[in-house]
Amino acid sequence: MSLLVDPCCCKTTLTSSRFFGIPTSAMSMRAVFAKNKTRGLGFGLRQVRAMQTVTLPDLDYDFSALEPTINGEIMQIHHQKHHRAYVTNYNKALEQLEEAIGKGDSSKVVGLQGAIKFNGGGHVNHSIFWKNLAPKKDGGGEAPHQSLGWAIDTSFGSLDNLMKKINADGAALQGSGWVWLAYDKELKNLKVETTPNQDPLITKGQNLVPLLGIDVWEHAYYLQYQNMRPDYLKNIWDVINWKYASQVYEKESA
Amino acid sequence: MSFQHLQISPAVVSYRRVDSPKSPTCRPKYPQVNTVNLHRSWKSTKVVAYYGLTSPPFQLDALEPYMSQKTLEIHWGKQHQSYVDGLNKQIANSPLYGYTLEELVKVSYNNGNPFPEFNNAAQLWNHDFFWESLQPNGVKMPWGGFLEQIEKDFGSFSNFKENFVAEAMSLFGSGWVWLFLKKTDKKLVVAKTSNAINPLVWGDIPILSLDMWEHAYYQDYKDDKEKYVNTFINNLVSWHSATARMARAEAFVNLGEPKIPVA
Repeated sequence: MSLLVDPCCCKTTLTSSRFFGIPTSAMSMRAVFAKNKTRGLGFGLRQVRAMQTVTLPDLDYDFSALEPTINGEIMQIHHQKHHRAYVTNYNKALEQLEEAIGKGDSSKVVGLQGAIKFNGGGHVNHSIFWKNLAPKKDGGGEAPHQSLGWAIDTSFGSLDNLMKKINADGAALQGSGWVWLAYDKELKNLKVETTPNQDPLITKGQNLVPLLGIDVWEHAYYLQYQNMRPDYLKNIWDVINWKYASQVYEKESA
Repeated sequence: MSFQHLQISPAVVSYRRVDSPKSPTCRPKYPQVNTVNLHRSWKSTKVVAYYGLTSPPFQLDALEPYMSQKTLEIHWGKQHQSYVDGLNKQIANSPLYGYTLEELVKVSYNNGNPFPEFNNAAQLWNHDFFWESLQPNGVKMPWGGFLEQIEKDFGSFSNFKENFVAEAMSLFGSGWVWLFLKKTDKKLVVAKTSNAINPLVWGDIPILSLDMWEHAYYQDYKDDKEKYVNTFINNLVSWHSATARMARAEAFVNLGEPKIPVA
């Protein structure tokens, strides 16, 4: 016999784990009931939500809207193929995770972490990336004003300095990864960070909030810039959506 | 190991010293300076090059339609060249002077805490190795003793191919897939590595490689990694190179007693 705390409303019920021979943790019970199997435990346990899946977010602009900085072919493949693949594989990994938790297969749970970090990170990062870009007619490339503008001047001296630092760090990143402008909620300052592969910014610090992320995986620029990553980084500032970054900054620093 | 069908062309086997000691006596006293007279004036411009760009053993359009000329022009002509230029610039001001490329890769790896020269040196070596692992109009399968070794270590040739493709598809990010001979286990192994890492840093002997960085296939296959890997393993592998490398490797690793039939 053990106590089950329903996470939805903290209602406690008694349950027996002899039926399944699995540890009766709230998470595992939730996973079991998520499959809608009615097993007569006889103690009135509540059905809880299934593990949520993610969907591919739409772009706020056409694929060709960012030309000539990033051409339409790249945007289309990047969004429709790469991001969609991360979404699909993340959902698959979550399903397998749910199953593994339900069975109590700890080594499988741990083994899935790589796929979750990679595909989940890919989904998180790209969702931010699409918001970080905007066509010039919608404000892409316009310098940040007000609070974010002042914060950048304080932390880096000027917007130009920030751009130089991000370009340098992005070009120096070996292999695949991302370069970020991050806001540290605890220290209340801005900093430039890089993450390898699809690691989200949070892996560099639990207090870091991404304001701006630039994808420096080769698929983000190769068809247009080939191996000239520095040129891609120099040009992408023409379509960076500072309005979104300002919104996030104002919300987090309030 | 049968040598009957072995045809080694000079372009395929390049001499590399393995595990040679770095002693002061075998190091040249002065930097290798190649003086180039660019302007026909009495003043000449010094160009220093410690490592050079080697050509692939085939013409750039020879791998069509599997790997286009445009890809090779960029991959070899620009990407590979940039590793050479980057490394030469670094070596000019570095204490890691006077090594062969293979030694430099091992030394700059520094047991997992690589020096800045590692990325350029390793990628330079990796690409040299990769071009020699490709062959236009190559044979589809290994033969003789090498095939026996693959069957011994993987069960069957198709098992090996499946393993290779699975490793390539499960790589997260940039990297390479290798078929290499593990010295300690004395068997062939397929494994993936990240970024610039190669089996030399583990003390093992690479036999074949496939570049899984996006720049290697994006031009021709876009995001279709699986098609690229299958095309490579079925159409582009140079089994001649692999066999030659295996033959050399046997000088360093004892793969077991020969099977002497019982009378």
